[in-house]
Amino acid sequence: MADPAVDVVLVGFGWTGAIMAEALTAAGLSVLAFERGGWRTAANDFALPFDQDELRYMWRHHLFQNVAHTTITFRNKPDQQALPMRRLGSFLPGAGVGGGGVHWNGQVWRFLPTDFQARSHNLERYGADAVNADDMTVQDYPVTYAELEPYYDRFDYLCGVSGKAGNLGGAIMAGGNPFEGPRSRDYPNPPLNMPYGPSLFAKAAQGLGYHPFPHPAANMSRPYTNPLGVQLGQCTYCGFCEKFGCGNDSKSSPQTTILPVLMPRPNFTLRTYCEVMKVELTRDGKHATGVSYFDENGMLGFQPANIVILSAFMLENVRLMLLSGIGPPYDPRSGSGTVGKNYSYQIVSSVNVFYDDKITNPFIGAGALGMIIDDFNGDNFDHKGLGFIGGGYLGALNTGARPIETHPVPDKTPKWGAEFKRAVADNYLKTVPIVTHGAVMSHRNNYLDLDPTWRDTFGRPLMRMTFDYTDNEHKMSDYLTDKAAEIGRAMGGREVKSNKRSGPYDISPYQTTHTTGGAIMGADPKSSALNRYLQSWDVPNLFVAGANAFPQNAGYNPMGTVAALSYHCAEAIVNRYVKAPGPLVQA
Amino acid sequence: MTTHGVSRRVVLRLSAAVSSLAWLVPGRAFAETIRRRLPWAADQTDRPVQRDERPGFIFFSPAEAAFVEAVVARLIPSDATGPGAIEAEVPRFIDRQLAGPYGEGDRFYLQPPFPKGTPTQGWQMGPPATVYRAGIAAVDRWTAATYGKPFAALDTATQDEALKALEDGRADLSGVVDAKAFFTLLLQNVIEGYFADPIYGGNRDMGAWRMIGFPGARYDLTPWVSRYGEAYPLPPVALTGRSEWKPRS
Repeated sequence: MADPAVDVVLVGFGWTGAIMAEALTAAGLSVLAFERGGWRTAANDFALPFDQDELRYMWRHHLFQNVAHTTITFRNKPDQQALPMRRLGSFLPGAGVGGGGVHWNGQVWRFLPTDFQARSHNLERYGADAVNADDMTVQDYPVTYAELEPYYDRFDYLCGVSGKAGNLGGAIMAGGNPFEGPRSRDYPNPPLNMPYGPSLFAKAAQGLGYHPFPHPAANMSRPYTNPLGVQLGQCTYCGFCEKFGCGNDSKSSPQTTILPVLMPRPNFTLRTYCEVMKVELTRDGKHATGVSYFDENGMLGFQPANIVILSAFMLENVRLMLLSGIGPPYDPRSGSGTVGKNYSYQIVSSVNVFYDDKITNPFIGAGALGMIIDDFNGDNFDHKGLGFIGGGYLGALNTGARPIETHPVPDKTPKWGAEFKRAVADNYLKTVPIVTHGAVMSHRNNYLDLDPTWRDTFGRPLMRMTFDYTDNEHKMSDYLTDKAAEIGRAMGGREVKSNKRSGPYDISPYQTTHTTGGAIMGADPKSSALNRYLQSWDVPNLFVAGANAFPQNAGYNPMGTVAALSYHCAEAIVNRYVKAPGPLVQA
Repeated sequence: MTTHGVSRRVVLRLSAAVSSLAWLVPGRAFAETIRRRLPWAADQTDRPVQRDERPGFIFFSPAEAAFVEAVVARLIPSDATGPGAIEAEVPRFIDRQLAGPYGEGDRFYLQPPFPKGTPTQGWQMGPPATVYRAGIAAVDRWTAATYGKPFAALDTATQDEALKALEDGRADLSGVVDAKAFFTLLLQNVIEGYFADPIYGGNRDMGAWRMIGFPGARYDLTPWVSRYGEAYPLPPVALTGRSEWKPRS
C-alpha cells in the first residue's frame, strides 16, 4: 500500500540528509527522511559524564553501524574470494539519526583548487605517465573550487568552525594555511587553544621553513550561534570527540546545528528504524517512483516521491543503486560501466616523539585540536622525480589519548609483559603523535560490486569491496612519514618512532572512515554515475549525496566537501529542477 | 540507542516468535514517525551498565578461569610499576564481557560460510565466547602435548615461551582456532580490561589510570591546555565518581 506522496524522500539521515532536508524544506518542499537507526539526542543517548566511556563507544561500537545486520565483504585483489568484514575495524560508519556526524572529530577541510582537476592538472605538470601509472583511473571533478566556495562557506558557518584563514580573497594571511584556495571570509570562530604537543610541532615545523596553522575544527573555541539560530557551547577539551557523541553540545553535528530548526517544520517528517530496500523505478527504468521499505510493523511499504535522494553512508548509497538496477555496473576488465567505479580510501601513518623531560598531557583533547602543515598536500610541492602524485597533510593532533587505544611505546618494545607495562607507564604523558593523512588515487581494480555469497538480514547481497594500495600510495605515504619524522627530530625528543603503512590494505585496524567513490560525479555518463549536481545520469529524479561522488580521494577529511556538494545539489534542485524536472546537464 | 530496561536483543527475540518478518527489522519496537517535535524522553537515558558485583566467575569454568588468570598475569605482570592485570581484576572484566552481548557477538556478522581468509581479511571466527571456549581448551591440549601440563600449571618462563609461540602463530592448535588470532584477542581484551572504566569490572580503583596519569572522565580540562609541561594534579575520576568518595567493597 502506498503512503501519501511527498516532493522529496531522503534515504539516510546523517549530515547529508540533515543538510538536504533543511535546504529543501526551507524552499517549501515536502520532505520525508528514512533512517534505519533510531532517534538520538545528547540528553538520552550520550549525556555527560557517561559519554566519556572508551570501551562502550569505541571498542563496543555503541554509536556505529551494527555489522551483524549489514556489512561488506572484502578482498585486496579481484582474483581473491571476498570474505565478510565480520566486525568493524578499518572504518566506522555511523548508525541512527545524525549518522557519523555524531561521532566524528569535526575536522572540516576544503579540498585544494587543484584537487578538483586531479587528472588535467597532473597531466599538464607531470605528463601522461604520472596519471596513468598503476592502472590509475583519476578523473577531474565536474565542478571547481571557485564554484563550491559559497557552499564550503555555508558549512563553515553552520558548524561554527574554529580556525584561522590562510587565504582571504587571494591575500595570504599569516598564521593560516597559505596553500588553501581563496576564502570569501574568515572562519566564524578563532582557533582553539593549543596544547603543548602541537605547539612543539609548530615551532619545529616553522624552524624547518614549513607553514604550520591550526587545524580547522568544528569544536567550539567559544560559545556560538549559527545562522539558523542554533547555539553551541564552548569546548572543554575533555578528549572524547572522535568515536563519541558530545554531551556538551560543543561539537557540530546535525543535532547541534540543524535539527532544532528542521524538526518543527510542518513540511518535514522523519521515520526512524525503517530500512529502505530499494529505489522503485518505472517500467522503462528511467524514472524513480519512490522507495520501498520495511516499516515498524515489519511490513513492506512504498513511499512515493517526485525526487529520491540517497543520503546514507556512501557504501550504502552505492549498494542501493546496484540493488535498484540504476546505472550500468562497473566492470574492471573492460573498464566500462560506472556504478561501483573508483572506490577509494586514504592512507594514514604516524610518528611518535618521546620525551624524557617534557610532560605533554596528551589526554587534553578535542576532535580537531592540533597544528598542521599543508606543504606536502595535493600539488603544493614539486612531485618531479618522486614517482607519485597526490599528498596529504601532516601534523600533531590532540584528539584525546584514551588509553585502550593510545599507549605509545618506544620502538622494539615488546607488546606485553613487564617491559611493555614499564614503557607504557613511563611514556604515556611524555609523547607527541604526528599523523599523516594521505590521499588515495583511483585505480582500475579498486571498486565496489555485489557479493555473490553473503547477504544481509533482509536477504539482499552485501556490498563487495575490492581494494588495495598501489605503489603510488605507498611511495606517497612513506614520503609524508619521512617528512613527519624530520619535524619530529627537530622537536628535540629522546626518540622518534616512525609507523609507516606497509603491506596490503588490512580491514582490521582502525585507519579512517574516509571511504569514497563508487557513484562518482563527472562530465559525461560514460565515465561517471552522477553529473555535477549529484544527479544520476540514468534516472534524473534521483540524486546521490555523499563521498561516493568523489572521483578519487584527496588528502583531507571529506565532510567539508561532501557538505559543499550537498548544498550545491540542493540549490540546483530548488532553483532549477523543481521548475523544470529533467536532466540538469545534457549528456 | 535508547533502551527501556529490556535489551533490544530480548525484544527482537520476542518479536521473532510473533512474526517471521519482524526479526528482519532491527529495533522495530522503537520505530516511530517523528513530526513537528524534537523527541526527548525522561527516564529513558541510555545509561551505562551497572557494575556486576556478583562474586566469582559467571562465564568461565574453574579450569578456564585458571587459564585466563595465568595468561593475564604474564601479559601484564604484577610489579612495582603499578597494578598487574590480576590486581586490576582483568579476569573478572573478561568474564563479564564474555557473559554479555559482546561474548555473543551482538555486533559481529556471523552468517556462514566461514572459509579461511588472508590476514588482511580480518576476523573469520564465531562470536568471542565461542572462540574463548574452544581456544582455551585447544591451548591447554597443546601445552599438555608440548610441555606436559595445562597452561596454568606451567612455570612462568615456560608460560612466556608458550605465549610467544601463540603470538607468532607457531603453536599448532589443530585447526580449532588460529593461534595468532586467539592471542591477539586475548591481548586486546586484557588491554581493554586494564584501561576501561571500572564499571566493567577491571581497572580496579582506576589503578591503571593512576599508573600512567590518565585523569579519566574529567569534564573540563580547559585551564590545563596552555599550562605547558605541568603535570595534571588531580586524581582520576570514573563514570561513577572517584573511589575516594565511597567505601571500598
